[in-house]
Amino acid sequence: MVWVNALIQGVLVGGLYALFATGLSLSFGVMRFVNLAHGDLAVLAAYLVLSWSGVVGGSYWLSMTLVVVVMAGIGYASQRGIFNFTLGADPLPGILASFGIGIVIQNALQEHFTATDKSIRLGSILTRSIKVTDDVSIGWFPLVILLVAVVVLSGLQLFLSFTKLGREFRATADDPKTAQLMGINDKHLYAVAMAIAFGAVALAGFFQGGRTTFAPTSGGLLLLFAFEAVVIGGLGSLWGTLAGGIVLGVTQSLANQQWIGSNSLAGHIVFLAVLAIRPSGLFGARERS
Amino acid sequence: MSVPVVEVLRWSRSSRVGTRIYVVAALALALLPLWGSASAQLTMIEILYYLSLAQMWNLLAGYAGLVSVGQQGLVGVSAYVLFVLAERNGIDPFLSIVLSGLFVAGLSIPIALFTFRLRGGYFAIGTWVIAEVLRLTTLRIDSLGAGNVQALTVKHTFAGYGLQARKDLIYYAALVLAVGATVIVVAVLRSRLGLALQAVRDDERGARGLGVNATRTKLVVWVIAAFWTGMTGALIHLQSATVTNKDAFDVLSWTALVVFIVVIGGVGSTLGPLIGVAIYWFITWRLEDASTWRFIILGAIAVLMAVVSRRGVDGLIQARKPFEVFPIRRRLRIDPGVGGQR
Repeated sequence: MVWVNALIQGVLVGGLYALFATGLSLSFGVMRFVNLAHGDLAVLAAYLVLSWSGVVGGSYWLSMTLVVVVMAGIGYASQRGIFNFTLGADPLPGILASFGIGIVIQNALQEHFTATDKSIRLGSILTRSIKVTDDVSIGWFPLVILLVAVVVLSGLQLFLSFTKLGREFRATADDPKTAQLMGINDKHLYAVAMAIAFGAVALAGFFQGGRTTFAPTSGGLLLLFAFEAVVIGGLGSLWGTLAGGIVLGVTQSLANQQWIGSNSLAGHIVFLAVLAIRPSGLFGARERS
Repeated sequence: MSVPVVEVLRWSRSSRVGTRIYVVAALALALLPLWGSASAQLTMIEILYYLSLAQMWNLLAGYAGLVSVGQQGLVGVSAYVLFVLAERNGIDPFLSIVLSGLFVAGLSIPIALFTFRLRGGYFAIGTWVIAEVLRLTTLRIDSLGAGNVQALTVKHTFAGYGLQARKDLIYYAALVLAVGATVIVVAVLRSRLGLALQAVRDDERGARGLGVNATRTKLVVWVIAAFWTGMTGALIHLQSATVTNKDAFDVLSWTALVVFIVVIGGVGSTLGPLIGVAIYWFITWRLEDASTWRFIILGAIAVLMAVVSRRGVDGLIQARKPFEVFPIRRRLRIDPGVGGQR
């Protein structure tokens, strides 16, 4: 039964990884851009939730809402102000700019908040759980995270499938030049994609901060988890990303059940195995960029 | 009608002057232990090993399109190989540097097997994953101290070396690695391999069409850079005389700073790492111990360069007055033969 429990916990954490991966998957899908500051943005958001909770009357949930909105705004602005200038056939400028921004964020956080571990104390929701059997219980908080991840991914999928803006996203992803000729403002569109990516990763950062502790240097590992979820699931597929996140979460949870502390390493190894055996991902389309 | 004479020129006036300045500077540095203070020598070691790491990263990112952010994995492994060879098995520390480089070069081949399946930004994160795998694996090996500080002791590693000899030899090793790194990059770029490399960088499909084996070309450069980065990593730890998991595999010291140095100086320019390391030294010297500010300032300049001037400071200078320091370009001179017409 401990294994069933580990499996369930893994699926729940997988939801969080998928939420981390959403923005990475979206910005790659729409503009072939990989943001190496992705994990550091999640950590930044977690710190902002802590510092702004006082402003909104002590509620972390309210503070989180504010942070997600502000981060989305920063995402829009940074795409228009920085990242749009790095897009092109050569991925180098985008990689270097986002890597640099990640390191700057990390060190600015360290300068301002020191290197001490922090966590977002959300109170009773963190400890409450649904008891299934003696060995198996489902925590409310991980369940909420998984549900939110599914809602975000479904919402995004519906948005891409059924709205005018979503259609423009898909058109630009397929053929940016022609889309532009049809009157689509690609610069604005990319910025909207980045706003969604920043918003989603801010939300993920908040949940991560509630689940466990974080420090200014936590971002690197979060980037790796998000990336692994995207690649395991298959590039360019949002549902694949959810599946990839769950595969990663389950792997880590089961490995940790067998050898305590081996979760990260086991996740990396499964990622490498997928890369070696099925580079297009478990659920991805055959074509790979 | 006469046949025009076609000639490929390798040297230019500026590269003749530039290369001479480089040789004179290297000779002056070789004599530093005679005229410089002990602290100047120490500072210089750091500048030299960063120059070596920077040249190698530039070879990968600037010329082969292999943007690695996992260099800390290679440095970390080389530190532990050095520790096992020199401290545990009594092998000469300077021979151990070379052996560590060879070990890392060997290791880089299976690494390429995985990471070469990814492109661009995903390749970058892939190299980071590999570095994490190497770090976590090393951490789980109890005989390597499992995260505790491991010392390279006078009794074992440095047996037979006096304090002054040890300091001077480490300095010379750093000088050889830094000067050698620049020589390797220039030699690679001048060779057929370099021509293939730049062809692949500019137009991979076109280069493949002309019969260039792009993957093999990249792999050769990847292994060379791993070898030199591994040797440099071993030297860094021979100098610090301690090996800890956290510091040996530190992404900030062994990748971020190196990336910033190259990006500020100029990616894809042989002069770039030299300019970058000078700016790095200046900022570090001005900031003294404020390590976080060092990363914030260098990082911000690097981001600015990535967006505004893709060839860094070197690009800004070249835009005003084009010149080259090392003879890596090929120019075609066409002499219309006697009586020929243009």
